[in-house]
Formats: sequence, structure tokens, C-alpha cells
Amino acid sequence: MSNISLTDILKEFRDPARDSLIPILQREQQQRGFISKEAMIVIGEKLNLPVSKVYGVASFYNQFRFNAPGLHQIQVCRGTACHVKGSSTVLDSLEMDVGCKSGETSKDGLFSIEVVACVGACSLAPVVVVDGEFHAGMDSTKMRKINKTLRKVHNAER
Amino acid sequence: MLELIVNDKPVKADKGEMLLSVLRRQGIDIPTLCHVEGLTPTGACRLCVVEVEGQSGLVPSCACQVYNGMKVKTHTNRLIEARRTLLELIMSSHPDDCLYCQRRDTCELLELASKLGIKERRYKSVRSNPSLDISSPSIVRDPSKCILCGRCVRVCEEIQGVGAIDFIGRGSDCSVGTAFNEGLNTSSCVNCGQCITACPVGALTEARHINRVLNAMSNPELTIVVQHAPAVSVTLGEMYNLPSAADVQGVMIAGLRKAGFDFVFDTGFSADLTIMEEASELVSRISNGGVLPMMTSCSPAWVKFVEQYYPEMIPSLSTCKSPMQMLGAITKSWWAEKNKLDKSKIFSVAVMPCTAKKFEASRPEMGIGIPDIDAVLTTRELYDLFNIKGVKPFELKPMNNDNPFGQRSTAGKLFGATGGVMEAAIRTAHFLITGENMKNPVITELRDMTGIKEARVKIGELEIGVAVASGLSNARKLLDEIKMGRKDIHFIEIMSCPGGCIGGGGQPYGTDFESVRNRMSLLYKIDKEETVKYSHENQSISELYRDFLGKPLSGKSHTLLHTEYMNRVVMK
Ligand code: SF4
Ligand code: SF4
Ligand code: FES
Repeated sequence: MSNISLTDILKEFRDPARDSLIPILQREQQQRGFISKEAMIVIGEKLNLPVSKVYGVASFYNQFRFNAPGLHQIQVCRGTACHVKGSSTVLDSLEMDVGCKSGETSKDGLFSIEVVACVGACSLAPVVVVDGEFHAGMDSTKMRKINKTLRKVHNAER
Repeated sequence: MLELIVNDKPVKADKGEMLLSVLRRQGIDIPTLCHVEGLTPTGACRLCVVEVEGQSGLVPSCACQVYNGMKVKTHTNRLIEARRTLLELIMSSHPDDCLYCQRRDTCELLELASKLGIKERRYKSVRSNPSLDISSPSIVRDPSKCILCGRCVRVCEEIQGVGAIDFIGRGSDCSVGTAFNEGLNTSSCVNCGQCITACPVGALTEARHINRVLNAMSNPELTIVVQHAPAVSVTLGEMYNLPSAADVQGVMIAGLRKAGFDFVFDTGFSADLTIMEEASELVSRISNGGVLPMMTSCSPAWVKFVEQYYPEMIPSLSTCKSPMQMLGAITKSWWAEKNKLDKSKIFSVAVMPCTAKKFEASRPEMGIGIPDIDAVLTTRELYDLFNIKGVKPFELKPMNNDNPFGQRSTAGKLFGATGGVMEAAIRTAHFLITGENMKNPVITELRDMTGIKEARVKIGELEIGVAVASGLSNARKLLDEIKMGRKDIHFIEIMSCPGGCIGGGGQPYGTDFESVRNRMSLLYKIDKEETVKYSHENQSISELYRDFLGKPLSGKSHTLLHTEYMNRVVMK
């Protein structure tokens, strides 16, 4: 898929005004998987909005990401069942292990973490989804093992 | 004319009025936290709720227009309980930091808690709080104390046309912050401090310089000089709850001496000096085909505003430093030499109604080798300093400023109000061009709280167009007209804060339209009553030129009193 540039996205909107902000943000995220600082500045200029407002709106919605997604995307379910079964411990140790918080991407660009509300697999709680694959009954040790494997594969490929 | 029934009594109102203003006019006490007169109502705090017949839910009166026959109840048990619960919820996530808070004595949240009789903690909640932002030279933000009323956000956007801050995130993670949650120093914030005076709690304060001043005072090697801006003496009395506002210059000077300042100077003196330079600059631009319109440069938030939003108009800015910086420069040069003082042993303090002055004093252009100004105290900090030092100004005998920087004309005093610099400059430009003083030095069109004022002024044969704006969103309107090609304006005065310096961000918390108007009328009274009304008639100014500077726009003037600007790239 060849990506459409932000300049071209903005051209899709005739006389863009305040109410085009969210559609533009969505388009940009769709093309690049996240919305960069630079993109928000350009969008603000184009819509004649302070960039604080652009960031304010974007940060209001869960759907927007502000970091380039990592090579491997890890989603930790924080729904009720997973919570009861200890997903917060899994999340904490995961964040520690890869060195970034949820919503962020690790420095080496390998992992990005996301918290999701409920993936609809409560019988498998706590659930973690890695690159679309469900992992059931997670705990910190299992989590670290998965990451270790992914790192190993990555290093071998290099 | 509409008629409403409020608490079973008929009440008159105008079409289009908001219910809250009608109720308040009736003397009915309605608590509010997010409401600011003149700004878009948001209904964020919901404390102002009332019952309106025919509506099942409670209605926020600040955001509700009146209609004929509206039936309103303001203090039913249901309302009292609802308001208390709302307030308790706001309080539940507020830190218990009152003992150490800047706003201990002026906090609107505390005031409401006691008014609504809240005496016990029924709710407890935690909010994830972003940390303290001390990156700005002028403003300190403590988001942990923020109650999300949004007053600062609206002031910054609607009054100042800046929009440096907004609501970030949502739910329990919501906070007020800059774009990308970075420091205020890299944002488009112009340091005006309007958000501070709007904030009901201790989430926004100035970057305090009191300790700098106290430390300097305890160093016996230093000579401590202080200057006070024209707006301060017409405001300080309010902080002592004087029955009617008054100019308190005499006792304030006595207080400054008692607090430990060795010399007390008047920024009004250097306002006169600014006028000599600026009026000469205007005359020279007009007669030599220089860049017009010329724009004033004494309001540092405005200067930053131009640098970041209208860099192409920098050549229009007068090259004059502000009165504060001029006095700082002259103190550490001429005055130091005259008094055989080492300029590095002078500690120069300025008491200002302004937070942006802290930023201005820190600009690297403002001083040769060493800064012209070492500390800037706001009007609020002066009040605190007096308290810390046990100074009760109103028990002291009034005193005069120290010479030679103690004399000022009333033109210099007028700097405190929007339109004042313009009036003062025209008075002197008139003299420079025609050799005579104006018959009537008052320019009525420039004298009120209106956001944008214009006049055509005749100076001898010459007629010039002048415009005055206060509040940066008004400045923006004016600049956009100029950019669109308006050519009939030759001289523009901009003050960043509504009403001018008397409405500055360093003035008492909760400063509103009424208080600014009172301060303004005090300045006009001084102009009416005192005799020296022209900057060029200030004897000390003549002496300074004779002794040291030569004439306006001389080489020495340029080194010491003029400055330059830069194209500033910020997150905007
Ligand atoms: S100081 Fe002025 S510009 Fe800066 S955030 Fe506050 S209101 Fe906005
Ligand atoms: S910082 Fe102050 S004015 Fe701004 S939203 Fe928070 S409490 Fe309100
Ligand atoms: S004052 Fe009306 S909702 Fe806050």
C-alpha cells in the first residue's frame, strides 16, 4: 500500500474548517498508523487552530496514537474479567520489560503496548493479544517469555 | 422586556440575557466556578444550577438564556444538595495542600466550601496528575490543583487569541496543558498571566522572585534599587481592602524603603524617557519615509506575540525598550557612574503589574554583559513582600521617590491604562513638530475600556491616524486589517492585557472589568489634577539628556535604550 501524504490528505478537504479536524486526523492515522507532532502542527496551521487544540481533541479519543507503532503490537486486555485475574500485574511487568508505557512504543521500536477494554475472550482471562494472536491465562513470566522469543527472532534476522 | 418568576417573585429581564446575570442582579447568591463574565459559557462546573419549571433536569444558569414566563427556583433543598455534592466531588480529587498554597487567602474553592457549609469528607478519589511545569520564566503551572474549570483555556483563546493551553486527554486523565504536554516555555504562551488572574485556585501562579530579592537584601555589598510601574500605586490599596480604591503612592514608597530598598524610583520617569525616544522615532519615521504604521513596544507579551505570529511586521515595532528596561539600563550606566557605584554591585528590582516582565528581563538583549533588571515582582508579590517584612504601609508617613528618577509627568503615569502611551506620545510629538503644546492634551476617543479605539489626530498641518488595542485578540484583528492593506493608520499602541497594565497578569487575583475601570479613573484623575502633563517638561529628563544622552535617538540612546527583535519559532 503506498501511503498518501498529509499534504494530499489536506487537499481532499475543500476549505477545511474546525469540523474537518477529526476526519483529517482519522485519515492521517489510517495512512501512517499514528499521528506525529509534525502532522498535528501542519493540520493546526491549515485549519487555523492552535496546535494545543488539535492535540487536545486528538488526545480525547482513544483511537488516536501519537507514536509510530512498534514492529510487534501488544494489546493487554483490561476488561473486568482480566482485571480480576490480575491483568494489571501483567501490564506493569510488561511495561517494565520493554521500557515503555501503554500507548507508547519502546525505544528500539520493537514493541508498542496498548490497553484495550475487552477483547471478548473472558474465559481465557487474563488475555494478551500479540500481533493479533490471543494468549490465554497470562502472567508476568509468560509475558516475558513471549517477548524474549520475539527479540530472539528479530536479532537472528538481522 | 421579559418577565420571569424567580422564587415566586416577578423579575424583569432583557431578551438574550443569561439567567445567571439576571439572578445576580437580583442579589441572589448563586455559586459559580467556571463562569467568567464576557467569555463563552461552558457549563463545566454546574455549581450554578437552578430548577426551571417544565424541565426535569437541573439547568446551569450561566449557560441558559431567559425567556418570557420562565419560572425559576434557586434554593430548593434539591438544589442545595446538588451543589454541595458537586463541590464535594471537585474537592475530593483536590490535594489537601491549603497550608502551603499561594491562594490560601484568595482561593475560590475554599471560599465556596465554607459558603456551602462543607465540613466533612464524604468522597475520596485519586486523579492521575501531570507534574509541575516550571519551564516558563513567568508562569508556574501546578496541574494537581487544577479543577478543570477551563477559565484559563478560554481567557487564553478568547481574550488573548493565543490558545497555548487546552484540555488534554479525558476522564480521570484529563488535564489542562500545552500541545504534546510539553513545557509552557516552548509553547505559544506569551507570558501575559491573564490565565493566572482568571484561575480560581492555586493551579496557576507567577514564577516568584521574592527570594531573589530577599537574598540580595541580605548581601551588604549590594545597593538595592527598586522601580514601581504606574499601575501599581493605583492598585495596591485594593489588596488592603481600602473602602474606596485610591492612589497609594506615598505610603507605598515609604513601605518600599522600610522593606529594605535603598533607592525608590518611578517607572513613570522612564515612561517619559520612552516617550522622548518613541515620539522622536515616530516623527523621524514620518518625515524620513520609515516603516509605518509604527507599533509600541512596551508590552513584552505583545512583543513576543508579534515575534511569533507576525514576524513580517517586526520592522513596524518601535525599537524602544520598555520603560522598565530603559530605567534598568540608565541605572546601571549613568546613575552608577554618577554615584561612583560598581554596576555589578547594583541589584535592580522592578515592581510590575505584569508577569511577562519577568520574561522580558530575562531576554539576553536586555543588558550589556549583566542584566539591566535583576528581579521583577508582581503587584501581588509586593503585597507578600510587605507582609513577610512586617511592613504595614498604611501606618507609615507618605514619602517621595528618590531623585533623579523620581520625577514623572502625568503622561508617564498614563502608561498604566490602554491608550495612555498613545496620548503621551502624541502630546510630545505635537511639541516636537509644532514647537507648541496641544491646547487640550486629552484625547477623549482613546479613553475607555473599549478593545479597539481609533482617532484622527491633527498635529499642526499634519493629520495622522492612530489606533489603540488591548487584549491580544483585539490586536490580532487590527493587525489583520493592516495586513489586508489598510493604510490610514500611522501609529498603533497595543497593550496585551484588557484595559492595559492596570488589568495585567500580575495584578490581584480575580481582577475584573469593574476593578480595571476604577484603576483607570484614578489614572485620569492624576492626569487632571497634577500640573506637569508632558513628558518633555519633566526636568529630570532634560537633565539626563543634557548630562549624558545628548538628544533622543543619539548613539548612546541607541546602545542603552533601544533593542532588536527576533523571529521566534514556537509550537503554535
Ligand atoms: S500566560 Fe497568557 S498566553 Fe500564556 S497560557 Fe496564560 S493566558 Fe495564555
Ligand atoms: S488551571 Fe485554574 S483556571 Fe485553568 S482549568 Fe485549572 S483551575 Fe481552571
Ligand atoms: S458557573 Fe455555570 S456551570 Fe460553572
